[in-house]
Order: sequence, then C-alpha cells, then structure tokens
Amino acid sequence: MEMIQIVGLGLMATVLILVIREQKPMFAFLLAAFTGLFIFLYLIGKIGIVITVLEDLANRSGIPSIYLKTVLKIIGIAYIAEFGAQIVRDAGQESIASKIEFAGKIFILVMAVPIISVIVETVIGLLPDGS
Amino acid sequence: MMNMDVSAIFQIAGIGIVIAMIHSVLKQMGKEDMAHWVTVIGFVVVLFMVVRLLNELFQEIKTIFLFQ
Repeated sequence: MEMIQIVGLGLMATVLILVIREQKPMFAFLLAAFTGLFIFLYLIGKIGIVITVLEDLANRSGIPSIYLKTVLKIIGIAYIAEFGAQIVRDAGQESIASKIEFAGKIFILVMAVPIISVIVETVIGLLPDGS
Repeated sequence: MMNMDVSAIFQIAGIGIVIAMIHSVLKQMGKEDMAHWVTVIGFVVVLFMVVRLLNELFQEIKTIFLFQ
C-alpha cells in the first residue's frame, strides 16, 4: 500500500533529520528539502493521471482548451509556490516565504485576468439594453 | 513504490553524520580550516543531489501543467 510507504518514508526522514540536526543543522535542512521533493515528485505522477482524465473530459464536452490550460497553469503555480514557501519556512525565513506566496497569488491573478474579463463581458451582454 | 531511490535519503543522512565525525576529528587535531573545508565540500555534494531532484521536479511540473 502506497500511503503506508509514504508515511514510513516521512517518519524515517524525520528521525534522520532529528539525529543530524544536533551535529549539522545545514544537512538537516537539505535532508528535509530532499524528502519533500521526493514525496512531491512521487505525487506529481498521480496528479498527472487525474489531469489527463480532466483534459479528456474537457475535450469531449467542447470547452475551449484555453480555459482548461489557464486553470491547469494556475494549479501548477499554486503547487510550486506552496512547495517553495514551505521549504523556505522550514529554514526559518518566514518573511521570504510569505513573499513567495504573495508572488504566487499575483501570478495566479495575472493568469486569471482573461477569464475574468470574459465573465464581465458575458454579464454585460446579459444586461438589458437601454438601462 | 518509487522508481527513484529512497536510498538517496539515507545517503544524505550518512554523508551528514560522516562529515560531522570528520569535522570533530579534524578539530581535535587542531586543523580548524581543514575541518571547515570538509564541511563545505560535503555540503556542496548534498546540494548537488537536492538541486538535481529539484530540476527533475520542475521539468515534471512543466510538462504536466502545460507550461510551455
């Protein structure tokens, strides 16, 4: 079962990090980053399967592909920003972590601007004339 | 489960412990600067491993989330 393997990996890495932290905090940090990367890299394959299904559904239902692409890019940005911010936060740099998250929010907003403008135009089109 | 090695985590931990031992031994022998160099080299080796995995992850994200 894969979940048990992930949990075992996490526990093992935590014990190793606790052992090393007394001697060399720098190695402990790198080990934590490596473990995080490892788990994330493992999960990204699973996410890929789900996304393939989503793409297939979107293609079949005839949604313009630009919307799905935008949504996928937003999800990707969210994952990257979250991951980077957590690693930096582990190293104790809270302010840099919050800046990374802020940058992620800004990029997501920039990505979403075309969709928002389409929504606003649709709403304006729905309004009755002569108001 | 994984096509990558879990043993890389043990490798990093092992490198850390061995470097810490070498560091303390060299310090006992009174070679402070040597000890620092050993630490730096070990750190760079581990950093290479982490950066390689990070690169792999970013490539994967790029292909899956359709960044061109």
